[in-house]
Amino acid sequence: MAAPQDKPRSFQEIILRLQNYWASKGCAVLQPYDMEVGAGTFHPATTLRALGSKSWAAAYVQPSRRPTDGRYGENPNRLQHYYQYQVLIKPSPPDLQALYLGSLEAIGIDMDLHDIRFVEDDWESPTLGAWGLGWEVWCDGMEVSQFTYFQQVGGHDCKPVSGELTYGLERLAMYVLGVDHVMDMPYNSPEAPIQLSYGDVFRQTEAEYSRHNFDAASTEMLFRHFEDAEAECEEILSHPAEDPKTGKTIIMAHPAYDQCIKASHLFNLLDARGVISVTERQAYIGRVRALAKKCADAFVQTEAGGWQA
Amino acid sequence: MPDLLIELFSEEIPARMQAKAAEDLKKRVTDGLVDAGLTYAHAGAYSTPRRLALQVEGLLAESPNTREERKGPKVGAPEKAIEGFLRSTGLTMDDLEIRDDKKGQVYFAVIEKTGRPAAEIVAHVLSDVIRNFPWPKSMRWGSGSLRWVRPLHSILCILSDEEGSQVVPMEIDGIAAGNTTEGHRFMSTGSIAVTGFDDYAAKLKRANVILDAEERAEAIWHDATNMAFAAGLEVVDDKGLLAEVAGLVEWPVVLMGEIAEDFLGLPPEVLQTSMKEHQKFFSVRDPKSGKIVRFITVANRETADNGATILAGNQKVLFARLSDAKFFWENDLRVAKSDLSRWTDKLSNVTFHNKLGSQKARIERIAALAVKLASVVGADADLVAKAAEVAKADLSSEMIYEFPELQGLMGRYYAEAAGLPREVAAACEEHYSPLGPSDDVPTAPVSVAVALADKLDTLTGFWAIDEKPTGSKDPFALRRAALGVIRLVLTNDLRLNLDHFFDAQLLRHEIEVTDSEETELLNEMLTEVAQHGVFGSAVRAIIERLDGDAPEWIAKLKDHEPDVAENLLSFFHDRLKVYLRDQGVRHDVIDACLAMPGSDDLTLLVKRATALSDFLKTDDGENLLQGFKRANNILSQAEEKDGVSYEFGADPKFAEDATEKALFEALETAKGAISSAIEAEDFAAAMGGMAALRGPIDAFFESVQVNTDNEIVRRNRLNMLHTIRETCSQVADLSRVEG
Repeated sequence: MAAPQDKPRSFQEIILRLQNYWASKGCAVLQPYDMEVGAGTFHPATTLRALGSKSWAAAYVQPSRRPTDGRYGENPNRLQHYYQYQVLIKPSPPDLQALYLGSLEAIGIDMDLHDIRFVEDDWESPTLGAWGLGWEVWCDGMEVSQFTYFQQVGGHDCKPVSGELTYGLERLAMYVLGVDHVMDMPYNSPEAPIQLSYGDVFRQTEAEYSRHNFDAASTEMLFRHFEDAEAECEEILSHPAEDPKTGKTIIMAHPAYDQCIKASHLFNLLDARGVISVTERQAYIGRVRALAKKCADAFVQTEAGGWQA
Repeated sequence: MPDLLIELFSEEIPARMQAKAAEDLKKRVTDGLVDAGLTYAHAGAYSTPRRLALQVEGLLAESPNTREERKGPKVGAPEKAIEGFLRSTGLTMDDLEIRDDKKGQVYFAVIEKTGRPAAEIVAHVLSDVIRNFPWPKSMRWGSGSLRWVRPLHSILCILSDEEGSQVVPMEIDGIAAGNTTEGHRFMSTGSIAVTGFDDYAAKLKRANVILDAEERAEAIWHDATNMAFAAGLEVVDDKGLLAEVAGLVEWPVVLMGEIAEDFLGLPPEVLQTSMKEHQKFFSVRDPKSGKIVRFITVANRETADNGATILAGNQKVLFARLSDAKFFWENDLRVAKSDLSRWTDKLSNVTFHNKLGSQKARIERIAALAVKLASVVGADADLVAKAAEVAKADLSSEMIYEFPELQGLMGRYYAEAAGLPREVAAACEEHYSPLGPSDDVPTAPVSVAVALADKLDTLTGFWAIDEKPTGSKDPFALRRAALGVIRLVLTNDLRLNLDHFFDAQLLRHEIEVTDSEETELLNEMLTEVAQHGVFGSAVRAIIERLDGDAPEWIAKLKDHEPDVAENLLSFFHDRLKVYLRDQGVRHDVIDACLAMPGSDDLTLLVKRATALSDFLKTDDGENLLQGFKRANNILSQAEEKDGVSYEFGADPKFAEDATEKALFEALETAKGAISSAIEAEDFAAAMGGMAALRGPIDAFFESVQVNTDNEIVRRNRLNMLHTIRETCSQVADLSRVEG
């Protein structure tokens, strides 16, 4: 049984423990992707690396943005910017459920006192042309993670299959730390000379971005940038595989995928601004999916994507 | 005779799939065994979140030897025929026997199969079943190619008899069958070796797994009701939830928790839906107040603190969920109390169907139609107009965004909060009804008018854009909508010509006006159409009055084709036939009534059909029908032969026979009685009047030859048969009745 002093005491401690745990299980601990994304899945370390035949094991924190979820920092649970912890292992190991439960223990959830459940939840990302089967994991009725076996990404069958774990860090941390309002959660150690709460770090930005996302973002510019990103993605992929300067085969899957990520985020902003109608919505999602598919097609022809000439 | 035990142990199987999967496993394995010659005495299937299990008792130890002889082609037949025969029998030329047959020498194949041991057959059948299992959705995992609902970890497969038990040797995608399983994920460790079903079930129970889903459900219900009873409360019955929860746990532990005071003011349906949908909680009610005051959750384990931590966690999650619900409820009430039109206006941005416009446009069409229906159902037109206007306002509310299944019900709460009359509030909830064939039919006039208008608008809309149901495809539930209209009309004894309302609403779908003057004109026209039909003189009169400066859409009115409305009416008639057949009315009886005018007045139609159906069940009815048919047949043949119709009325002075004279008199008397009964729509009395003709008709045919040589008498008698035909055809076209 876990002793009380084993409990983490701050948001960052939970992140540090997850990093240590997954590092100890052999994952490469990566850093967040340096672009605005809606979820940890968009990181190329997940989306692209889930494709092809090469083995892979990575864990990382990914700041994620969901403009429509902004509540000016006032809602106890909802944020337009939050953190996800993401683990992707390919091929999915047979003991992935046990490994996952170990990570919960690592962050201070006592398996002898809590009720952990795997409840059916199939995952689908229409923007990435991806789907998988799995569960949402419940701890005493609270959803603490998504657990998915990827079946398809960018329209390609995943062979081998990757196992993906996604933890919503704020929610999980609030649960473990026993905090009711996200802004009240200790960010650093409660004994630090300068104690900072989650609110000290993020209340200001939540309010600013909420106003920006809902009312101020220039829709004309966003529409234009969406078109640009879409065109640029296709332009990058239209180059011949052989680089005329070096004479090497260099397919630019990642730079093209950056543009796909951009288009996706721009779409999310436009959606938050309420300027996309129900029928247009499907069309925009379809356009981003088309880009994701082309990037996936390109990636599986690279060496990292397992291509063998 | 050995027993077979199979367990397929995997990661968590979705609760909704478990029961069917266990049955599929049983059916497919036992079918496979029987096909291979292995019969058995009894089979039972079980499921938990992590396993499917199958027990087969009294299996044959090996399949019997079989010998089959098959006759093939003649000796010297074309090579292809012989090759085909060899292929189908799996033999070579040397294996074939040549025998003498009536027509010469013929090849014979003798196929002998020696019995195979059960283990070999089981291994083969089970591999096949696992590889082709009918999961609604399946997946791959790791580097393998096998598909299962979630990763399959182990296969237990043993045959046991008095001598002991043996593992059936088999392997699928690297998983070799064995004799071990695992217990509860958290309350048991290590693997468990078993020797047979009883041993398996007992050891699992010791390892905190109840194998039988039924037993888990009973345990949950037993503990839940006891716990509630001890607190003076009762659990709200929910069989679906119980089955689902039993599929989420291997070792159910029932815990009861409090709902914070703050939330007890929420409508009970909101509490119940929120707890069930998000948390799979049962609601616990105070029988005195009817309010939901506590919840029951089912954990998958026992803990040292008797579930205190688990309950506290669940309570906290519920608090957050209900805070959301309360936030929605309070925001919604604020809007409802200030101005419901904020919600209805928002619906102009919500598409109902891309060819049928927005929800707002739909509401306006429904309101226009509902007002026309008000007088038919005896409702106050102003109340109907208001009710139609706000009936779908709740679709914009935050609560319905979160819980779509509460539509209508929340509408009622919000209309009440807005201070609207109770008839209007009731219509918000009731206008969706009846949803299914057993759903209650609204009877409050305002609700009935809006409910009818809602369904008729949907039906005419999809007919206007030609999106009718075909075969098993009915994505917009149009059959249900039509049955809803039928039940609304019949239950409330409503008299209306559906045809006119179809035409009016079809035109409303086709014609778009924005100008307010034109809108008024359109309304005037469509009111006429609804009352008197599209070809009514009033409509023509208005068109003539406008002559010259009529708006363009008038052309649509002028050229309106009745086909679409007719097609819709026949769709209604088909639904009505199904509905009446379920009530014991024969299809030919309905056809006989459908042939009469006014078949778009469903109440009248059903009155006829019921009277005729009842009448035909009596001896009088059956005999009259025979008499009628005889008269009708003779008459029809004569009409065809002579090329004339005998409709000039018979003259009693040409009557020769006494029975003929008696029939004349009977017809005279009956006519009067029948026509006054028909006038009063008393079809039973009308049929009674016809029944009085039975004796005279029978006697007439007994003693009289219709087709005599005397042309005058013959013609007179045919004219009389015509009178019989007419008299007896006033309720229904009896010539369409079978028998």
